[in-house]
Amino acid sequence: MVKNLLITENLNLWFGEDHILKDISINIPEKKVNAIIGPSGCGKSTLLRCFNRMNDLSGARIKGNIVLGGKDIYKEKIDVYDLRMKVGMVFQKPNPFPKSIYENVAFGLKIKGIRNKNLINEKVEQSLKNVWLWDEVKDRLHKNAFDLSGGQQQRMCMARAFAVGPEILLLDEPTSALDPKSTNKIEELIVELKKKITILIVTHNIAQAGRISDFTTFLYLGKLIEFGKTEEIFTVPRDSRTEQYLTGKFG
Amino acid sequence: MKDKMFKYITMLTAILSVVFLFGIIISIFTEGFSVFSKYGFFNFLFGTSWHPTHEPAEMGIFGLIVSSIVVTIGALIVALPLGVGSAIYLSEIANPKLREILKPFIELLASIPSVIYGLFGMAFLAPFIRKVFNLPIGLNAFSASIILGIMVIPIISSISEDAFSSVSKHLKEASYALGANKIETIFRVIFPSAKSGVLTGVLLGFGRAIGETMVVLMVAGGSTAMFKNIFQPVRPMTYAIAAEMGETVVGGMHYSALFGIAIILFIITFISNLLMQMIINKGSN
Repeated sequence: MVKNLLITENLNLWFGEDHILKDISINIPEKKVNAIIGPSGCGKSTLLRCFNRMNDLSGARIKGNIVLGGKDIYKEKIDVYDLRMKVGMVFQKPNPFPKSIYENVAFGLKIKGIRNKNLINEKVEQSLKNVWLWDEVKDRLHKNAFDLSGGQQQRMCMARAFAVGPEILLLDEPTSALDPKSTNKIEELIVELKKKITILIVTHNIAQAGRISDFTTFLYLGKLIEFGKTEEIFTVPRDSRTEQYLTGKFG
Repeated sequence: MKDKMFKYITMLTAILSVVFLFGIIISIFTEGFSVFSKYGFFNFLFGTSWHPTHEPAEMGIFGLIVSSIVVTIGALIVALPLGVGSAIYLSEIANPKLREILKPFIELLASIPSVIYGLFGMAFLAPFIRKVFNLPIGLNAFSASIILGIMVIPIISSISEDAFSSVSKHLKEASYALGANKIETIFRVIFPSAKSGVLTGVLLGFGRAIGETMVVLMVAGGSTAMFKNIFQPVRPMTYAIAAEMGETVVGGMHYSALFGIAIILFIITFISNLLMQMIINKGSN
């Protein structure tokens, strides 16, 4: 029996007058790879950004509940900065800070107020090992992060999110700016990481969702069309729109 | 045919700027050269006594250089926190509506003629400073620093603001997504990414302040005594050139010494411009 870590109940979201997400209720199971797919503009990135409240920054209005580990993350008592450490995020384009690799990975730890150098060193090393980057960068930790390749930068961004010990990792089309080889590596990594952590990945790449995810959510025009085990959705979709999208009739 | 003519006319206008530049450089160097050869470059530069009309004349401009640097650094001390602070507020904190109201005011500060700054300093600030600090004279390095500082605020503010605004949205998002709040994001991500822009603003402000003449002429007090403290009247380089040029004999040693000062001033601003270009080039790589 899988445990649900993240639950949304009748989630609605508006930017100004635009109703972006409509009545979305889904359960995100723990320590699985959960893909969110759908055509451009269906609200899949917006849904992802609800889970770490990044939409707050753009002035979104939200109705409904999002419950993480038993707590509603939109209740006022929640510390949103704390939440964002528990719910890490990696973006479409690798976005390293213009600092060294070490400083990038240590960023969140320093924000957290950790001053103990040994502890920081240890966490940086472990986070980089988690994303299979340690061996590639251990000799040049203090070099600028921009010297890394695109794929390495993206894995470093994953390590950076990892360092503060999240329960969930949100990946917003993490391979869309990468070459096939780097994409491959990150896909393998994602499958490996689900042993430790729950993963939500937004992707416009249907094949990618099929390859790496355990569960799939299909959104269309801001509505949840279908949610279920990936193998079921990909082989016997219940809704005709899901089938049409998966077979490339639109998208 | 017409195209060709247009090409040559515009080319001529472009070349003309170069001609003006070299014309000015050549003339100040030729006029200033005799003071170097008569007194020696280092005696001229590091001599601490400036009495060009005494007999024999004393032509050491070190006091003038120190005065210039003192009021310029004073101006930057005033302008840096105010300029950078307002830039942070405008680019990162103020809502767009308020920004659109505030920004033109700061820019307007840059459009005030320097003689008006001087007037304000002379008539209002200097008497006020004199009273507050109980000084014999309010026209001094301190007052001049404040007025120059106010003049430099819009330069530092607008260049820093551009630098802050051009920090990529993706970087800010990365910072927020790691649990940083606004202050941490500003100081740990936005400021470090924009620091070459801020530095450019500071250097531009430096050039503006050290070359400013009217304000120091009206507010700095003009004493040629060696600088001892900030509340004393001072005579910066620009002051000396502007105030004394009228009294000199063309071709005389005092005349040449003022050109010598101009050479030093030119070299200082040239170096600060060069530094600025280096920072800009480095930033764009």
